[in-house]
Amino acid sequence: MTKEIAIDVHGLTKKFGDRTVVHDLSLQVPKGEIYGFLGPNGSGKTTTLRLLCGLLTPDAGEGTCLGYDILTQQDEIRRHVGYMTQRFSLYTDLSIRENLEFVARVYGVPNPREAAKGAIARLGLTGRAEQLAGELSGGWKQRLALGACILPNPQLLLLDEPTAGVDPKARREFWDEIHSLAAEGITVLVSTHYMDEAERCHELAYIAFGNLLARGTAQDLIAQSGLRTWVVSGPGLHDLAMRLAHRDGIGMVAPFGNELHVSGRDHKRLDAAIAEAKKEDGAHRWTRGEPSLEDVFILLMDQVKDNFQ
Amino acid sequence: MSAAAQNPTRPVSRDPGFLKRVWAMVVKEFVQMRRDRMTFATMLFIPILQLTLFGYAINTDPKHLPTAVLTRDDGPLTRAVLAAMKNSDYFAFTRQVRDPAELDAMLRSGAAQFAVEIPASFERDVRRGDHPSLLVIADATDPVATGTAIAAMQGLIDTALRRELRGPDAAVEARAPPFTLTLQRRYNPEGLTQYNIVPGLLGVVLTMTMMMFTALAVTREIERGTMESLLAMPIRPVEIMIGKIAPFVLVGFVQMTIIIGAASYLFDVPIRGSVGLLVLLSTLFAAANLAVGYTFSTVAENQLQAVQMTFFFFLPNILLSGFMFPFRGMPQWAQVIGEILPLTHFMRIARGIMLKGNGLADMRLDVLALVIFLVAAMGIALLRFRRTLD
Repeated sequence: MTKEIAIDVHGLTKKFGDRTVVHDLSLQVPKGEIYGFLGPNGSGKTTTLRLLCGLLTPDAGEGTCLGYDILTQQDEIRRHVGYMTQRFSLYTDLSIRENLEFVARVYGVPNPREAAKGAIARLGLTGRAEQLAGELSGGWKQRLALGACILPNPQLLLLDEPTAGVDPKARREFWDEIHSLAAEGITVLVSTHYMDEAERCHELAYIAFGNLLARGTAQDLIAQSGLRTWVVSGPGLHDLAMRLAHRDGIGMVAPFGNELHVSGRDHKRLDAAIAEAKKEDGAHRWTRGEPSLEDVFILLMDQVKDNFQ
Repeated sequence: MSAAAQNPTRPVSRDPGFLKRVWAMVVKEFVQMRRDRMTFATMLFIPILQLTLFGYAINTDPKHLPTAVLTRDDGPLTRAVLAAMKNSDYFAFTRQVRDPAELDAMLRSGAAQFAVEIPASFERDVRRGDHPSLLVIADATDPVATGTAIAAMQGLIDTALRRELRGPDAAVEARAPPFTLTLQRRYNPEGLTQYNIVPGLLGVVLTMTMMMFTALAVTREIERGTMESLLAMPIRPVEIMIGKIAPFVLVGFVQMTIIIGAASYLFDVPIRGSVGLLVLLSTLFAAANLAVGYTFSTVAENQLQAVQMTFFFFLPNILLSGFMFPFRGMPQWAQVIGEILPLTHFMRIARGIMLKGNGLADMRLDVLALVIFLVAAMGIALLRFRRTLD
């Protein structure tokens, strides 16, 4: 089954001064998918999104967004792509209605007043239309920003950490909305730091220091990583973690509440190190666990540090 | 290392006391001051600018005022009078004109500040003791600029005549005065200051407010983070610029109405020319200032810088345009700077229309200067305005 491709870029490179922020990045996003974009702070996620929507010009590389050339057809891309910035970027001194009407007018949506009214109703903000956008809570701001993004009926949404600082309930509602948009055929490329959100994506790409390190479904990424994880519980976990951290065969040690995740890629050496630890200290309970997506990403990040820093 | 978190030797913070807290604040402020280059420049640049302008550029006793001469007589006496005027350093004869209409035109356009008309057979009439009349016309739209020259006039002519009328004509000289000096303060016969100030104020108010409005326009979008999403929208830079400038043209219109209304009803300043033309050219001037402000806002990194730039621009405008001090009193370099500033040209236009009843033809150079200024400012703004965040 061949899917239509919404984003197809090759070898994207962007430098600011002599700092390479995005390096030789290639990405294919099928139409109608929710594509998660993950990576540590400063890894080039925002820059990549800006390159895709024409806000930045790549120093090298080429490709298309919705079939439009990212180098030459930026006007077309602007018309059909909704970009939601990391920072709230609607006018805080305009009301909800005025913001939406402005967006509708700029994009040439027919009958902007009605379109804004419709969007307000969809957002469940009827009755609050005249409230200033700046007075909304964080969660509502993000929903309004998304509402403004989809008002001109874009075919592709680029969302830059849309749920940062938003409470879990509002996040869940936000993601429900994203899923229903995807069901309508809209492609969504969303960057996030939240692992639960990453698991809600159809496919993921992991970027660090401007390099795309891995991509695939969440299951693929966990499987590809070849990571084995042991879960430890018991007393004095902090001290145990300190003792284990630098032992041969142990890739990383991370606390999760009252448990410790001890992981490594080399299964034999990991198991040997665990066996030794068990001998030294009988107070802890060791069980084999499933590595989480977070374990995989932290491992990826640690590895890439060695390569690029 | 594992014990670091619970290390009992980790220093515990104590109340540092008043002075230390103040010091903490002082250190922080200095660091921020140093980072903010524009503010730093303001601190140094403003005193230097003020010293230079007030110290060197301003002179309320202007010399070498351009004077047009219409002589219908060419005798030694005429030459003596003109030479005396010239030697006084107050007058600089720019042109010999042939007829009174040309004289009027030069005064209207501001090409001449003074005009001297020596009647036919002036020499003969003086020597006969017929008391002919020597006409000196001063453009009194700026009473300060012409004041001292006018005051010096009578004295210096008397001295010249005394030297010339010796020998057989000494008797003529004795029956002083041998001719009548008719002094005409054109456009402002009573030398009223408000005639000069109020039309100028129209320009000053428009400069200050218009520039400030647009200077904040783009920087505000950048500072609030709305620019990023604006740039991602299908709207062109020129559309953003015109869209941001247009509402303020309307604001300028309201301001003009208030000032022009006040000028004629409160201050009794005449509007001798066409009100329509005045409004039209004021709108052009407002647009030019809006464009300058817009250019600033594409350069400034934040709203504070935009305001500082406006102030930098406003200061020479108000001092070198001829609003506060006579334009011709300034040294050459200051006049050159003045000629670049839009307010200088508008000052001439506003005074020209209101006091002199000028039409477009009298002020074509000033109007042209404003148009060039507007186009250049908009061009720079568009070049500076990046459609991307590169």
